[in-house]
Amino acid sequence: MSDNDGKRMLWVSHMIRIRDDQDQAAFAELFEHFAPRVKGFLIKSGSDASLAEECAQEVLATCWHKAHMFDPARASVATWIFTIARNRKIDVLRKQRRPEPEDLAWGPEEEPDQADVMALQQESELLGRAIAELPAAQRELIEQAYFGDMSHSEIAQKTGLPLGTIKSRIRLALERLRHAMK
Amino acid sequence: MNEMEQNIKHHLTDDILMAYAAGTLPEAFNLLVAAHVSLCDACRAEVESYDAVGGEMLAQEPSNDIALAPGSFAATMALIAGGPVDEAPKARVRGSILPGPLQDYVGGDLDSIKWRGIGLGVKQAILPTSRDASARLLFIPAGAAMPDHGHQGNEMTMVLQGAFQDEDDYFARGDVEVADSDMHHTPVADIHEDCICLTVTDAPLRFQGLIPKIAQRFARI
Repeated sequence: MSDNDGKRMLWVSHMIRIRDDQDQAAFAELFEHFAPRVKGFLIKSGSDASLAEECAQEVLATCWHKAHMFDPARASVATWIFTIARNRKIDVLRKQRRPEPEDLAWGPEEEPDQADVMALQQESELLGRAIAELPAAQRELIEQAYFGDMSHSEIAQKTGLPLGTIKSRIRLALERLRHAMK
Repeated sequence: MNEMEQNIKHHLTDDILMAYAAGTLPEAFNLLVAAHVSLCDACRAEVESYDAVGGEMLAQEPSNDIALAPGSFAATMALIAGGPVDEAPKARVRGSILPGPLQDYVGGDLDSIKWRGIGLGVKQAILPTSRDASARLLFIPAGAAMPDHGHQGNEMTMVLQGAFQDEDDYFARGDVEVADSDMHHTPVADIHEDCICLTVTDAPLRFQGLIPKIAQRFARI
């Protein structure tokens, strides 16, 4: 287990402390790490600073209130927070509802298996490293696809790159990520 | 609930699944993705991996950090003390033809759909979504043809009940047909059962026959 895997498991244990003990110290650390990132994400998605600030607070408050819904065998803490921030963005910036799929019919709520949690968190670490190592041109496009709130055609207009080039670069980037995860 | 899933042959494209995870699709398209993913474990897993890409981008992007306003943490603790925002519980029927997210838009099960006839036994119900794209349910009597139509934008059709066939392929429950502006097709509903589909498009469809053209004006197809 690398240091970074340890870091990820630490965020997981923070979430569990928030869920089980309403642990404010754990929440403060989570907040300090993730709230500025959520704010930055919202600003890149077209929000002004004060709305982004307000939404970042709401997103982190949601993390507290929905801590019981976080499943560390299915997502890293960063991924979970990203999905909450994304839904808030759609709600507030796009003023749209976000249709969500039916939940899987899980059995009674059980603690996930620790080995599954560890495996998922290690995979997330691999994915993160693979993203960091992408060639700059590919990485920028992935970033714009997620953070720019732009469709591929809008990215094409903004960058002046042909749509086909954008699509194939994104495809190459995703192939690299898949390969790295094997 | 996923008894159909291993029969799904026509899935969503990577582009669409990634854009769903990124949150950049129009609402109508999100609705179709949510409906398909409700029935399709393979696409659900894909969406979760695209969510993970988003999470890693969020986690590692150092230029993404924007300093918080003074008192931000205290303000958040005050929000928390105020209790969770009430979300109306979603009363969803299990085992319906309509996957949960569609029930939310219809306001109930099949019997809540407000169908309007658009000719030749075909009926539609337009669902309330944002205006950048439209979503509608279509009812096509068993064995009947949809009017031939081309497309100006992107269109996706997901089968909920019955099946349809076009020039190239056969689409049954859960399958999604993705069409673009180059495509002209004449889907025909399978003879065995009336077909109900969800169709989303980011441009108005244009029909090519005369009568459907008139119908189009009224039906907003």
